[in-house]
Amino acid sequence: MSPATAYAVTGLALFALALFGFLVRGHLVRRIVALNVMGSGVFLVFLAMAARGEGTTDPVPQALVITGIVVAVATTALALVLLVRLHREVGRLALEPSRQPD
Amino acid sequence: MDAQAQLLAPALLLPATAVFPALLGVVALVLGRRAVPLVPLLAVTVIGLAVAHLTAIVWQHSEVTVALGGWQAPLGIALRLDGLATAFLLMTGTVASGIAIYALVEYRHPAGGESRAAYGFWPLMMFLWAGLNTIFLSRDLFNLYVALEITSLSGIAMVGLNGEAAALVAQMRYLLFATLGSLFYLMGVAFLYAETGALDLAVIAGRLQVGPSASTAVVLTTLGLLLKTAIWPLHFWLPPAHARAPTPVSALLSGLVVKGSLYLLIRLWFELYAPVLDQVAWMVPGALGGVAVLWGSALALRQERLKLMLAYSTTAQLGYMLFAFPLAVAGPVEATQAWTGMVVLILAHGIAKAAMFLAAGAIVAVLGSDERVALAGATRLVPVPLFALALAGLSMMGLPPSGGFLGKWLMLRAAIGAGQWWLVAILVVGGLMAAAYLFRFLVPAFLPASEGKPDRPAATGLMGGAAIALALISILLGFVASPLNRLIAPAMPAGLGAG
Repeated sequence: MSPATAYAVTGLALFALALFGFLVRGHLVRRIVALNVMGSGVFLVFLAMAARGEGTTDPVPQALVITGIVVAVATTALALVLLVRLHREVGRLALEPSRQPD
Repeated sequence: MDAQAQLLAPALLLPATAVFPALLGVVALVLGRRAVPLVPLLAVTVIGLAVAHLTAIVWQHSEVTVALGGWQAPLGIALRLDGLATAFLLMTGTVASGIAIYALVEYRHPAGGESRAAYGFWPLMMFLWAGLNTIFLSRDLFNLYVALEITSLSGIAMVGLNGEAAALVAQMRYLLFATLGSLFYLMGVAFLYAETGALDLAVIAGRLQVGPSASTAVVLTTLGLLLKTAIWPLHFWLPPAHARAPTPVSALLSGLVVKGSLYLLIRLWFELYAPVLDQVAWMVPGALGGVAVLWGSALALRQERLKLMLAYSTTAQLGYMLFAFPLAVAGPVEATQAWTGMVVLILAHGIAKAAMFLAAGAIVAVLGSDERVALAGATRLVPVPLFALALAGLSMMGLPPSGGFLGKWLMLRAAIGAGQWWLVAILVVGGLMAAAYLFRFLVPAFLPASEGKPDRPAATGLMGGAAIALALISILLGFVASPLNRLIAPAMPAGLGAG
């Protein structure tokens, strides 16, 4: 297996694994982390694109990943601020009361 | 005008239309309370003039492409203005102007002080406007991802501005699923890049070939965008977020934000994916749209609160817009009718739904509640916003003469021409259901007011005025069929309709 393929397969596996976690877990911190792991999966797939082929590495996917990380950080920051506010004012750490962690 | 000046105008105007609202957002952040009413008024006039000028350019040249910084795709990022982009820019400018005028009342700073909600609203609204304009103009899939995120993050941040508990839960749900949708879209873009080595829409369209990579990309991007557009069965996050948000935000979200991801879905399917899709694939969005109309209308019929009814109505109305997908491959005549009908429906819904939310907000400001039972006496107490609600409702039901009628009529003719009788049936039933769920709220308004309510009509000023203005425009759209057709029909990508 070439490095590029390894990266792509790992990226897809992370995406699928985190999607599973996002859907079955109730705790909002876990769900926010799951979204971040999914994002990392996408970034790995992009990096695999950069590494394939002969000769020099394709710089475009790397530029995309850097921008993608910035977007992910902004989204995560907003999610965490909202989570703190939700916990403080509603006392919830899950969307549904039935999935509220102990 | 000489050739040089003509070329300069779009090269400057296209990026300016996308970026200027964001600059105003930064100004609003820095100036705080001193930014109002300077920033909203500047936004409405300057963006309004820019979009009017762009419309004139498209009217003459039908489309203009600008390579940012002189770098051509695939290396650079292209912006392109065509009839479709212009129609969406016009809708966004109209709706956002109405909302800005309404919000001058709702989000004014108290005398001598600064309110947190007002401080947050104006920059976020400007960033949202910038994000939408960028979506409409950009031709680069990754640039589009960033613009989508700017739009959704600004929209999400605004849901909880007033800090109510129910809004906070709705806001978190919206954030989680909007982000999930974006990640699916981005993974799809990775597959498209793997297959074609490009991000520019035109370059990809030339290189994309039938195969597992292309199919995976279609599935991933479509799933992501359907989730962000809230198409059944991925609509569950929308009603609480749109109904619990402050009124001007509800109008922005329901009127405009869902149209951003829908616009991208239309671009991808009609421009990129058409050659690699078979007839069956085109049926899928149409079928989902059909269920969305029936399901959303049925739930709208069961709501007891005006804003929740309007939010469920959005999930229903979005369904009609997907009817153009199966009709696009039915034949050239049907494809053009369905395409134009779809865009007119989007414009009419965007403007009418924003008018209805603003009307609901003005009604709540006087009556104190948007419960159906609390609407008794509304015809006497809040005649102006109630009239706006009814007027925009005519367009929503698809009654002539209105934008909603024009769009549905075109769609209906395409469906009949294509022999798609199930679409015809849903168009008719959906219109009746819309009438039913709107009349459920309009009828109590004619009942006598309960004891203790003021007995004189309340002045709703700019709030009622903004609602009435948007409602009138949604009706007037029905009278400008031929200019709309000239603007929208030529923007349909070539090669569709052959099947």
